[in-house]
Amino acid sequence: MSVASRSRDSAVPALEIGRLSFAYGDRRVLDDVSLSVEAGEFVVLLGPNGAGKTTLFSLITRLHDRRQGEIRIGGFDVRRQAVQAHARIGVVFQQPTLDPDLSVAQNLAYHGALHGMGRREARRRADAQLERVGLLEQRHTRVRRLSGGQRRRVEIARGLMHAPRLLLLDEPTVGLDIASRRELVEHAHRLCAEEGVAVLWATHLIDEVHPGDRVLVLHRGRLLVDEGAATLPARLGVDSLGEAFERLVGEEGACA
Amino acid sequence: MRLSPWLHCLRGVVGRELLRFLHQRSRFLAALVRPLVWLFVFATGFRMALGVAMTEPYQTYVLYEVYIVPGLVGMIQLFNGMQSSLSMVYDREMGSMRVLLVSPFPRWYLLVCKLLASTLVSVVQVYVFLAIAWTYGIQAPPLGYLYVLPALLVTGFMVGALGLLLSSFIRQLENFAGVMNFVIFPMFFLSSALYPLWRIREGSQLVYQIAALNPFTHAVEMIRFAMYERFNIEAVAISVAVAALLLGLAILGYNPSRGMMARKGNTT
Repeated sequence: MSVASRSRDSAVPALEIGRLSFAYGDRRVLDDVSLSVEAGEFVVLLGPNGAGKTTLFSLITRLHDRRQGEIRIGGFDVRRQAVQAHARIGVVFQQPTLDPDLSVAQNLAYHGALHGMGRREARRRADAQLERVGLLEQRHTRVRRLSGGQRRRVEIARGLMHAPRLLLLDEPTVGLDIASRRELVEHAHRLCAEEGVAVLWATHLIDEVHPGDRVLVLHRGRLLVDEGAATLPARLGVDSLGEAFERLVGEEGACA
Repeated sequence: MRLSPWLHCLRGVVGRELLRFLHQRSRFLAALVRPLVWLFVFATGFRMALGVAMTEPYQTYVLYEVYIVPGLVGMIQLFNGMQSSLSMVYDREMGSMRVLLVSPFPRWYLLVCKLLASTLVSVVQVYVFLAIAWTYGIQAPPLGYLYVLPALLVTGFMVGALGLLLSSFIRQLENFAGVMNFVIFPMFFLSSALYPLWRIREGSQLVYQIAALNPFTHAVEMIRFAMYERFNIEAVAISVAVAALLLGLAILGYNPSRGMMARKGNTT
């Protein structure tokens, strides 16, 4: 990407969502959600299971889009300018999506082709990303033989191959041990700081939030909170982010 | 618009499908054993009971095993198309369908790439089967093996698109066994794959009418005529039209705003 287009891209938010609502039949899954993520920002989307996080991601990636509201990636509407918008998103899905019978390199080559890259370019970009996640040595290993944490890192490398402006991660640490989890969180934060990639990290685990992150709390399809992780507990008059989250989500539960 | 990114995308999807196929040797073996069992066991037994009198496109009285080879070619493609749709359902559960669908290329193009990939896999299977049949003595004119290629592509698209369409409606793998019973078997048995239509007519008028309407009958006849260097315009026209229709419906089925995908998907 050229310097000129990068600076133009960073002038607009990496992700803008305006008044987004979505329902499966009669059941409202997302209700009037608005948010925005700037370039280089690390935003944690917190919500209990069933809050609507995965649905939100499905709508952003346009797996389905029978919805109301606006979604823009780097200024491009995901519906009307789908090609440009999609080219700017990298995704790590909740379920593993690597082909276990193929090697790491083959999986990444497939992704490169899906983004219109030639063999050589795909390989160059794949190697660069694998090196970042410390898995260049394993490039010819079958995915089946990698650990859960390694597979996640390969998926992050894959998600970044096409130099997206926005990286979406849907509960990426599910099933990982504590050390791999911490490493993954650190890696994603580094990406933000060093490359200016905007990260939207969905989780229900409070300890994955860094003090400098912005926190969105999604509960029953509604966005309850949008503020810095450092200031939220004080505003709610509690000691920790964990208590703040419990209070927000618990209160909602009690009201219903 | 530059053409090369589109070709890279196609190459990637086809390459992945072939790689997967090579890794699944049991699938390849099953795809070959099934028609070969029909050919060596079923046809040999039925040869005694069923002679096939002169029927187009054959010039002479043919043995039963010669008659059913094009039907078995269709069967290979039918199973492959459904299997690839099974892998779609499986893929979607495993998530790799998502990887395909978040590519920036238009969804119709991604689905066409996927269909072409599964069709090419079925073509490889068919030629291996025809080679074995050749050594067994079932030999079509040499040029017939070339003429049959476009017929195989059309049939592959037709059954592949049908599988794709079904996969956009099926939520769970369990339901797929039902599709096998309610789609593959009727399509195969109620067609001209095993008996010529006039022969079926002698048995039952109703079955004859169903078989004559079955698009798979026309695909098999298209393959049969092509193998014997003949162009059956009616069979080709119907097969191409059905393939195009099913492809259109499958693309609609995977459309993010209109299709079934919008009504299903993960609820969390």
